[in-house]
Amino acid sequence: MESVWHGGASPYSIGSKKLGMWLFIISDALTFSALLMVYTYLRLSNPNWPKPFIFSPSIIFSSIMTFCLLSSSLTMVMAVHAMNHGNRKSTVRWILATIAGGLAFVILHASEWRHLILDEHVTPFHNEWNVPLFGGTFFTLTGLHMTHVVIGVIYLGIIAFAVGRGKFKAEDVEVSGLYWHFVDLVWMFIFPLVYLMSAKV
Amino acid sequence: MSSSIVHAAHQAPTGFIRRYIFSLDHKVIGIQYYFLALFSVFLGMGLSVLMRYHMVYPDAKVSWFEKLWPTGAAGGIMTPELYLSLMTMHGTIMVFFVLTTAPQSGFGNYFLPIQIGAEDMAFPVLNMLSFWTTFLALCVMVAAFFVPGGAPLAGWTVYPPLSAVGPLAGPGEGLGQSLWIISIAIFSGASLMGAINFIATTIDLRAKGMTMMRLPLTCWAWLVTAILGLLGFAVLLAAGILLLLDRMAETSFFIPAGLVVSDQILNHKGGSPLLWQHLFWFFGHPEVYIAILPGMGVASQLLSTFARKPVFGYRAMVYAILSIGFLGFFVWGHHMFMSGMSPYSAMAFATLTMAIGVPSAIKTFNWIGTLWGGRIRFTSAMMFAMGFVSLFVTGGISGIFLGQPALDLYFHDTYFVVGHFHMIMGVAAIFGMFAGTFYWFPKVTGRLMNETLGKIHFYLTFIGVYCIFTPMHWLGIAGNPRRYADFTNFDFMGKLMPVHTFMTWAAIITASAQLIFLFNLFWSMKKGAVATDNPWDATTLEWGIPSPPPFDNFAGHHPVVNHGPYEYGVPGGAKDYLMQSDPP
Repeated sequence: MESVWHGGASPYSIGSKKLGMWLFIISDALTFSALLMVYTYLRLSNPNWPKPFIFSPSIIFSSIMTFCLLSSSLTMVMAVHAMNHGNRKSTVRWILATIAGGLAFVILHASEWRHLILDEHVTPFHNEWNVPLFGGTFFTLTGLHMTHVVIGVIYLGIIAFAVGRGKFKAEDVEVSGLYWHFVDLVWMFIFPLVYLMSAKV
Repeated sequence: MSSSIVHAAHQAPTGFIRRYIFSLDHKVIGIQYYFLALFSVFLGMGLSVLMRYHMVYPDAKVSWFEKLWPTGAAGGIMTPELYLSLMTMHGTIMVFFVLTTAPQSGFGNYFLPIQIGAEDMAFPVLNMLSFWTTFLALCVMVAAFFVPGGAPLAGWTVYPPLSAVGPLAGPGEGLGQSLWIISIAIFSGASLMGAINFIATTIDLRAKGMTMMRLPLTCWAWLVTAILGLLGFAVLLAAGILLLLDRMAETSFFIPAGLVVSDQILNHKGGSPLLWQHLFWFFGHPEVYIAILPGMGVASQLLSTFARKPVFGYRAMVYAILSIGFLGFFVWGHHMFMSGMSPYSAMAFATLTMAIGVPSAIKTFNWIGTLWGGRIRFTSAMMFAMGFVSLFVTGGISGIFLGQPALDLYFHDTYFVVGHFHMIMGVAAIFGMFAGTFYWFPKVTGRLMNETLGKIHFYLTFIGVYCIFTPMHWLGIAGNPRRYADFTNFDFMGKLMPVHTFMTWAAIITASAQLIFLFNLFWSMKKGAVATDNPWDATTLEWGIPSPPPFDNFAGHHPVVNHGPYEYGVPGGAKDYLMQSDPP
């Protein structure tokens, strides 16, 4: 005899919004996986793949970016925690800290792009090392990731604004947190594969 | 009763626009998807008839060709480039806007929530956005016909380098090809929204007592199809972005060094066309199941209903759907045997491909087992469901041939492949849609479709499609290549041309026969015999509510499910079946 399913909105203790976000994350993870596979495939099939990132300043700079983004995951955890305890004021503050981390990442990242394009003459289709796909894969991967960070910053801004005005539930903050952690996680693949593996040793 | 607020119910809208255009009601959205697909299928079919006509009468001057395509058909004679662009658009429109749209988003949107006992989908706004995004994608796709150079040439698989190098490669490879990619990227977004909605709805919104193992097989098929869409289109989106960058930002993801196109050496360097094929077919193979799985669900539902017997091996059917969906992600390489693949990889892909034959055969045996000894009611819906089984078997068997690398090397890029995938992915899936239309029409409109017209349409279509697509297998074995605009210049084709002529006329007659269906559909909406709430004596939840269903499906009442979905042939009662919501 099967146990009777009682219906309702949260089997497996997961509401539709949270489930929807998880499904989006699974799909988005596939998109990033495809791009990382492309990067791997092209890197292996192009001999003399350039390794231009010198320890100082490139690797240090990108490590600071990574630090900003990872710290913002911690503050996001604090925001979800505060919201679960009904402390809206504290939640807003932690989300604002998260947004600050995300913005710092975007600003540092944009200046890094600027440096690469203007000083190192790396574009999506050309560079001085004669491996044009270095720029192609670099800008595509980091560009799509940066788009996700920017969307995340806007998303968190909306959540912070609404929470501050007494709207939205703890689950909504948690769902936005899922997205934010996912964006961070993607970076934890991009950082070693794109930066550290192209470090000049 | 625990708090069974199924979701934040929205009120019935009153204005015309909110009710019929930007509706949040899953039923209206389902109908919108259905009509979008109906428009697309006639467009796609029209293109195919033009192609078939050109193939056997390449020198015929048709004055209105010139009016439609002043450069592509100057003097009324179709150029090979125009033929290729018609082929590309035929494939694209059929695969994306018909086979992906109608069975899943059309029927699924309308009947998934009702069959599981929900008031609506989990995310009604996302549902509306998903439809209008699909609509936008269709507009962008059709716009490719009207831009300078016309529609793209690269086929629905848009293999680079042809698709990646821009206008240099031919007419249609300029703006037309870019619009194609943009349209498919938009479509991927729409698919993602739809897939999230379908999965969350099936998991979260089932009525009390509707356990997963009491789900109708249609719902199982829609669920697994949504999972395939969720994973497959994500990769297609990535591939599309890269292809667009190759075209717009001069990157070289898919373009190797030293490529010469139209006597020019390209600057691109370092990419690989094979990479596109891997990415595309990682999506493309599951896409085949996205097209066919909902049809399998409908066939299971209808065979059981009209044979008045429970589905033979319900659990086996569920596991077969799941294993087809799972294995579907590991066989993409069988589209690439000819592309230069290591024999070891080819063997692995071939073995996995053969493995899909097992769950497919389980499904077929169970369909026949369901029919065995049943008191079959030969309605039009049932005829199309049995037609589905027939076409699935025919198309499936030629798939076993193509899954063998040694045979595929010979058959690849011949009409054998064209015959195979049209049988299984095209016509079988469309028979699933016909079956679903005849079956659910009374629920949607409150009227029955005309059975006489339905039968005439069935026999003409069933015999017609076999006349069109069976000879393609023979032509393939005889070495007839595909994607050629004109075979009249080849000596070895001389004896085969009468077969092509036969197929062309079969296509024209079969295409004309679809007007019977169109007439039946619209005529029955107004003049069809009035249907009762449950005209087929069926068991699933949608047949327990009025036709057409009220706005929130169950009029505020929360159904409770006490039975499995296919309890037919129940002895001893006034009726031979138990509805899912009947008391235990």
